[in-house]
Amino acid sequence: MLEMVTTPLLPSDYLDLFSPLRAGADLRGRIEAVHPETPDAATIVIRPGRGWRGHTAGQYVRVGIDVDGVRLWRAYSLTSPTNRRDGRVTITVKAIEDGKVSNHLVRRTKPGTLIQLDQATGDFVLPKARPAKVLYLTAGSGITPVMGMLRDTEFDDVVMVHSAPKPHDVIFRDELHDLVADKKLRLTEVHTDTDGMLDIARLDELVPDWAERETWACGPAGLLDAAEKHWSDHGVPERLHTERFRPSVVATGDGGEVTFSATGRSVDADGATPLLDVGEEAGVLMPSGCRMGICFGCVTPLKAGAVRDLRTGEITQAEPGVLIQTCVSAAAGPCDIER
Amino acid sequence: MTAIDPTAHLTAQQIEELGRELDAIRDEVIADRGEKDAAYIRKVISAQRTLEMVSRGVLLFSIFPPAWLLGTAGLSVAKIMDNMEIGHNVLHGQWDWMRDPKIHSTTWEWDHVSPADQWKHSHNELHHTYTNVIGKDNDLGYGIMRVDEDQRWYPFHLGQPLWNFLNACFFEYGIAAYDLELGKNLRKHRRNNPAFRARARAVGRKIRKQVLKDYVIHPLLSGPSFLPTLAATFTANLVRNIWSHSVIMCGHFPEGVQVFERRSITGETRGQWYLRQMMGSANISGSKAMHFMTGNLSHQIEHHLFPDLPSNRYAEVAVKVRALFEKYELEYVTGPLPKQVFSAWHKVFRLSLPNKKQKPEVTTPDREQELVAA
Repeated sequence: MLEMVTTPLLPSDYLDLFSPLRAGADLRGRIEAVHPETPDAATIVIRPGRGWRGHTAGQYVRVGIDVDGVRLWRAYSLTSPTNRRDGRVTITVKAIEDGKVSNHLVRRTKPGTLIQLDQATGDFVLPKARPAKVLYLTAGSGITPVMGMLRDTEFDDVVMVHSAPKPHDVIFRDELHDLVADKKLRLTEVHTDTDGMLDIARLDELVPDWAERETWACGPAGLLDAAEKHWSDHGVPERLHTERFRPSVVATGDGGEVTFSATGRSVDADGATPLLDVGEEAGVLMPSGCRMGICFGCVTPLKAGAVRDLRTGEITQAEPGVLIQTCVSAAAGPCDIER
Repeated sequence: MTAIDPTAHLTAQQIEELGRELDAIRDEVIADRGEKDAAYIRKVISAQRTLEMVSRGVLLFSIFPPAWLLGTAGLSVAKIMDNMEIGHNVLHGQWDWMRDPKIHSTTWEWDHVSPADQWKHSHNELHHTYTNVIGKDNDLGYGIMRVDEDQRWYPFHLGQPLWNFLNACFFEYGIAAYDLELGKNLRKHRRNNPAFRARARAVGRKIRKQVLKDYVIHPLLSGPSFLPTLAATFTANLVRNIWSHSVIMCGHFPEGVQVFERRSITGETRGQWYLRQMMGSANISGSKAMHFMTGNLSHQIEHHLFPDLPSNRYAEVAVKVRALFEKYELEYVTGPLPKQVFSAWHKVFRLSLPNKKQKPEVTTPDREQELVAA
């Protein structure tokens, strides 16, 4: 009935003018504060809309933010505890080189900015049954989901091995040292500028009982690849939980002409550029999310042709009902994406 | 079609150079497009919605004449903003670069009886590609009028001043019929074409929604003000229709605008395409408010050169484009709204009669003379 009053718009189009965070609105949030953590990292305090369903420690959230007028979506780990009294949540962002969104969030975002949100998701979380001994193996901004866990749940025996280039690059350093002082955490900081990269074999010396510990690891692909091999070689792969921030691209090939049939646009694409980037570049409205192949926020029907999974090299042929993740798929010859 | 081609003095090389210079103007805007532009369109959309809401609110009391006047004026402006500066331009994809699904050519719907997707096809794909090509661009007289000497005369055209007036009053229906290509599709062998029928049903649904809203729901909500509100929404639609019709007539019908033969566009280069847009469009001069209310279609020439650049940038682009017209010695057709509207109407009247005689061979290249003969 109300829609008959507002057609061709929806009642929500008018309500959004006054109350963009109300229940029933598309999920949004308002940035309320930006706290610098290190020279290139900051914590963003967000008041989520009424539709926010909460999160589990270790999960991430997809954030859509307008940078130079263009809506860009990224996934960031939630760093606030799940029971924060004021209902705010925080993400902690490290500015990466040429990172449009991360640099914008760390250096230019102003409190009051309205952003788009998705519900929290991700299975890099603590189990229901409390493990007796825990190891957090992190590097760089890989500390962010783990900080969400540390702030949320206390364990009797927690060890953390964290790598960062220099002491002042360690995000949450003061808070970590407070936890150490309170004997709630044993921490080894590896300063890679002086100590070199962490050699995974050194774990025996740093954390002699590492193989008995339930381990959560997050950091660059090099660290995670080494950790996965190490845990497997010692026959305890089930103790290791990892979270990757970037897809590891292994396979590229020849590209082809990509048609976005719903929008009516065609462009030539190489075999290494994700179709998500190709579409966005062409002005097609592409759904997107983590941009690393885990959140499935970008899935789109493949109508014709073939695409290659950049992580595995696997070729997917079009068939009715075939959905592809555009963020980790590139053209493998001419193809038609239903956008 | 003028007896003498007003672009004849340009060499093929010059035309391609002109194309490159226009590309450069476009690239400059795209490189600079950003936060301020996004803020502009969001502000316009918010203002339009607020104005519409307030006007409709005021019309609940339209039984009081001041409320009727205020509400009707506000709603007329809101409807014009919806169709012109917002709808037309969003549907052109001018704001697609923002990647905001709420302000995107593939998701937008407007306060108009022609569904957005049908209008996009006939307008963006046909009119903007084949601008002013006789037999290809149905905007040349909308299939009901003769607006150039080179279009063949039929007795039907005797009535075209009346057709044009009716089209102005019910312009949104005219556009819906036009987007459906009713004239062609109502012929016996096409009438039952399933694709056509599906599109006709979509138009029917859109009309029903629009009519219900404007002529049933809002008057009913007004209670004792039922009839005044009905009159108010009818007036607002009429004002919007006549206004947009006038603006759009000024885009391609005034004297001085060139039309092109079908065969002249085969193998057309980018430079030649640009040149056709330059010669086939006319601007309206005026204040900022006037440009805004026309949805910046007062910058028709710039819009036709760069249909997908954000409309708020046409004013600055116009300065550079006009300099190119001068550099290449081309006629930049522009004038105040009343003059252009008169010029277009004059043509509608004049061409309702068959051509007087064989066009005289123009041998002296007096530009004014040629253009008046257009």
